[in-house]
Amino acid sequence: MSDAKMITLTIEGRQVQVAEGTSILEAAKAAGVLVPHYCYHPGLPVAGVCRMCLVEVEKAPKLAPACATAVAEGQVVHVHSGKALEARKGVLEFLLINHPLDCPICDQAGECELQDYTFAEGRSEGRLVEPKRFNPVEDFGGDVLYVPNRCILCTRCVRFMDDVAQEPVLNVSERGDRAVIGKFEGQDLTHPWSGNVVDLCPVGALLSKDFLNKARAWELDRTASVCPNCTQGCNMMVETRDNMVVRLRPRPNDDVNKYFMCDYGRLNYRWMNRSDRLEAPLVRRGDRLAVAEWEAALVAAAKALDGKRVHAVVSPSLSNEALYLVSRLLERREGTGAFRVERGPEAPLPGVEDLALRSDRAANVHGAELLGFRRSDTPMAGLRGGDALLFVDADPGVLDVTDLGRAASVVVIGTTLPEVLRGADVVLPIANMVEEEGTFTNLRGRVQRFLQARAAPGMARPSWWVLGDLLGTMGEPGNYFLASDVFTALAGARAEFAGMSYDTLGLRGLPVMSPAGAR
Amino acid sequence: MTPAEMGAVHAESHAAHGGAGHPHAEEHRPVFTGAPRAELDALLSRYPTRMAALLPALWIVQRERGWVSEGAMAEVAQVLDLTPAYVKGVVTFYTMYHQHPVGRYFVQVCTTSPCGACGADDVVRAFLEHTGTRELGVTSPDGKFTVIEVECLGACGFATPVMVNDEFHESVTPDRVPDILSKLE
Amino acid sequence: MGFPHKTHPRETPVLSTHFGDSEARSLSGWRARGGYRALEQALGMAPADIVNVVKDSGLRGRGGAGFPTGLKWSFMKPGDGKPHYLCCNADESEPGTFKDREIMRWTPHSLIEGCAIASYAIGAEICYIYIRGEFTEPLQIVGAALDEAYRDGILGKNAMGTGKRVDVYIHKGAGAYICGEETALMNSIEGRRGNPRIKPPFPAVAGLFGQPTTINNVETLAAVPPILTNGAEWYKGMSLSSPKSTGTKLFSVCGNIARPGNYEVTMGFPFREFLHDICGGARPGHTLKAVIPGGSSVPIQTMQEADATLMDYEGFVATGSMLGSGGVIVFDDSVCMVRMIARLARFYAHESCAQCTQCREGTAWVTKILERIEHGSGTTADLDTLLELSENMTGKTICVLSDSCAAPIVSGIQKFRHEFEAHINGKRCPMRSAAAA
Repeated sequence: MSDAKMITLTIEGRQVQVAEGTSILEAAKAAGVLVPHYCYHPGLPVAGVCRMCLVEVEKAPKLAPACATAVAEGQVVHVHSGKALEARKGVLEFLLINHPLDCPICDQAGECELQDYTFAEGRSEGRLVEPKRFNPVEDFGGDVLYVPNRCILCTRCVRFMDDVAQEPVLNVSERGDRAVIGKFEGQDLTHPWSGNVVDLCPVGALLSKDFLNKARAWELDRTASVCPNCTQGCNMMVETRDNMVVRLRPRPNDDVNKYFMCDYGRLNYRWMNRSDRLEAPLVRRGDRLAVAEWEAALVAAAKALDGKRVHAVVSPSLSNEALYLVSRLLERREGTGAFRVERGPEAPLPGVEDLALRSDRAANVHGAELLGFRRSDTPMAGLRGGDALLFVDADPGVLDVTDLGRAASVVVIGTTLPEVLRGADVVLPIANMVEEEGTFTNLRGRVQRFLQARAAPGMARPSWWVLGDLLGTMGEPGNYFLASDVFTALAGARAEFAGMSYDTLGLRGLPVMSPAGAR
Repeated sequence: MTPAEMGAVHAESHAAHGGAGHPHAEEHRPVFTGAPRAELDALLSRYPTRMAALLPALWIVQRERGWVSEGAMAEVAQVLDLTPAYVKGVVTFYTMYHQHPVGRYFVQVCTTSPCGACGADDVVRAFLEHTGTRELGVTSPDGKFTVIEVECLGACGFATPVMVNDEFHESVTPDRVPDILSKLE
Repeated sequence: MGFPHKTHPRETPVLSTHFGDSEARSLSGWRARGGYRALEQALGMAPADIVNVVKDSGLRGRGGAGFPTGLKWSFMKPGDGKPHYLCCNADESEPGTFKDREIMRWTPHSLIEGCAIASYAIGAEICYIYIRGEFTEPLQIVGAALDEAYRDGILGKNAMGTGKRVDVYIHKGAGAYICGEETALMNSIEGRRGNPRIKPPFPAVAGLFGQPTTINNVETLAAVPPILTNGAEWYKGMSLSSPKSTGTKLFSVCGNIARPGNYEVTMGFPFREFLHDICGGARPGHTLKAVIPGGSSVPIQTMQEADATLMDYEGFVATGSMLGSGGVIVFDDSVCMVRMIARLARFYAHESCAQCTQCREGTAWVTKILERIEHGSGTTADLDTLLELSENMTGKTICVLSDSCAAPIVSGIQKFRHEFEAHINGKRCPMRSAAAA
């Protein structure tokens, strides 16, 4: 902790110590007490407008908004006292009078804070007899739809665009109960990070067009992961329904992405569900590739690589584990490894330091470099005549047929088999990143875990498994049982990763060791 | 388009959050050139931020054009380094900025309780009848009048106060209405 | 003088001395009436001494809250290296209140002088007078007076030749009651929606443009020059009841009363005598029924309560209401209280800034219920609902607009329940059917 003065207070009978200046709401969090709230969000400036977080502070004349009230020494706070509950019940009733109560057709149902708190603390029936206010649904542009009838005017979306994206294209328009979230005709939510307003919306007022009607919230399985779509390494949740990825959402990590994720990252998931996948190992029989058992295929692959110098062309989005195993294979065969990175325009999120959609559109560029792979626009250039080519899920765009002609043999380890590689000797199918476990190293050297979110197709196996078994077949120690075993081996072998394990990484990651031995 | 050509349009904003197909999507002629620009520049020297000149700038627009169109909002935004959406949020907060063209004479009758207790409703009826507007917020077919009820004009001791454009009439009773209107060209 | 009536013998004119005297509007006319002597005197004093005189006078904010003015000024720390601002609240929008309008219409220089003195006392170089947009005449008159004051060197980079900068600018509002709330007013000057801000921070710490700011009502600032000229003791001596309420107060009287208008009396004046003697009581053939004594946001009083009231900050509280802005709204037997209260609720629903849930939704909802009762479709259960909603709208929001909407509803149902019940039981407004018959 820093040298901030500490304040001791009591919240719901629990004593808690927090730094001076902390809000009651955050102090309650620290004490394990949730103060119901809508407009407050830790990643946004405080607005204090929903009035849901009113709590009773002993000796104070009025209920205090927990989000906007700083802690004071000796304060005694009641979150669930009769007065506080009545106030929240009042807010919930006011929020619902003009709400269409259309949960059965609302995408937010099941993950809606209005629904949750009303169920927990609200009135069981409404008292409004007058007609409800009505405003039509609007397309805000980008991936965002606005359903004003469900809106509670918490202004999280407006504050995000004003203060975090720093492109004020949303406003509160009009006054009183006529107020709605507005925008200017012709000026859409096109900011590359604007999709965050959908996550920030605590109710069903801002919806993702991409996710519209795809699933009920309770049908989703959620898996902690890391966005593979650029080198930033935003922490994310992969949400699947029936083994299909249907939505990617940010997972908070103060050290990487706070609460946010860019639109490019969150919408770039369809490849994870590709159906034209390699499902079985293939071994060359004359002029065709024939399906083989894993054992036979691994033996064939080891043979294809044996006795030759190996040049590996890898994907910079492979896990550290997979790249480590490839690097060991290259050490054994005195080979070289290279990769090419797809590039795109960089798009920073101005309100958060060092957060951007990075121009390197791959997950593990830094990890690949740490593990000895060379970045190149022409990664095939390292292939000498007579070399064996090991092609590990790289972009087939780096290849042309003349390149392949230089190779004495070609082993493909991948999720798909591009046309140009039909002449390979052995093809080993692997899982993609949401189908396996592993780690990436982001551009600032932070090593972060991702977990398996869906099953791999057919006989495809996790990349670390296939590469470990291939090493084993080639006579190296390599038969690992778990991804974590590979990582432990990597941590033991490479100074940058020294001391790390899946346990110490947790779900928020750790920075690699600098050459000087500091983190 | 002159107010007369507009025909009957609502003076008070409709559900004004930028729906598609805005009825007044015409080419905007810039306001802030020449004298209005100089006036705005002088105003800017009074404030430490450009944003602070927003309300005065919108007043200039309304004086010059009779209302604040979306095109004008975009121009003000550009002149003051704001976004059009921001400007629109502010415009829709303040009821004196017209978001639609209004009649040549904009009649505001206070009907809040103190005036309501002194017969303000009858004054409203008299204006609707004698201007031919018939309905609140509707512009008369000749484009001359728009009549609205307004909240407290701060002249409660002079019930019923009525504003016709910038002119303030005190202690208006229904029988004075024809006389007030007859003086308007 | 006096406006729109001759000064009543029982009035104590200080601020209203020159109401109705159009010659007092000009700088020369104002000088001839002793104007700008207080400013000259102030510029010869240490700022802290001016603050002390105002403190000693007992002057309290005339906008509604009644906060001691000298104490408020003393929160402005001299020499903190930050720009200080003075805001003059001339947004006068509280239904029933029209006193600041008359000050600006008749004695604009009294306000400018008060602004200049206060600016000097709190170390502000810039003062913004926020005048509501509907006040076309005060805007024009204060504007002309400012031009004169600048031409004469009273204001500007070298105010009255002292080498000190005092700039006073008008900022014109554009139709929003809530901008009379001090932090909403600051947002409005900054070019924002007039949303009240969460406090703390208070304006003296971070106000206009984030800098230390003092905000005072027109009447408060206009009272400063006579206090400096005549001394704190003189002002403090003008108190008929509570020593915490000193000086004179302008009361705006409107509604169903024989002589509506502005009247200035010494704090603590008996309300009954005020209404009946000074204001002329009920119109012929009518009897008074209810009074909202401090602008529409305070609880309604019955005539019994009003008759027992002494007109100062404490006196109105003692009989269940508040002094507020001093806007006295009188209702007689010709009006329907349900309709009046419904119309007030509609006002607040129209003016709610839309930030806080209780206010945005509550003011609109209670309006719908009240209008339904007024039209004869109400039920007894509606009254309980209204009281419960009013409770939910009280003491729970950033500013007090929502409380202000609730106050007349609660006091109205408590004190005039029979009128509500007559609407509910008779399924129509009894006053309306009587008029129709």
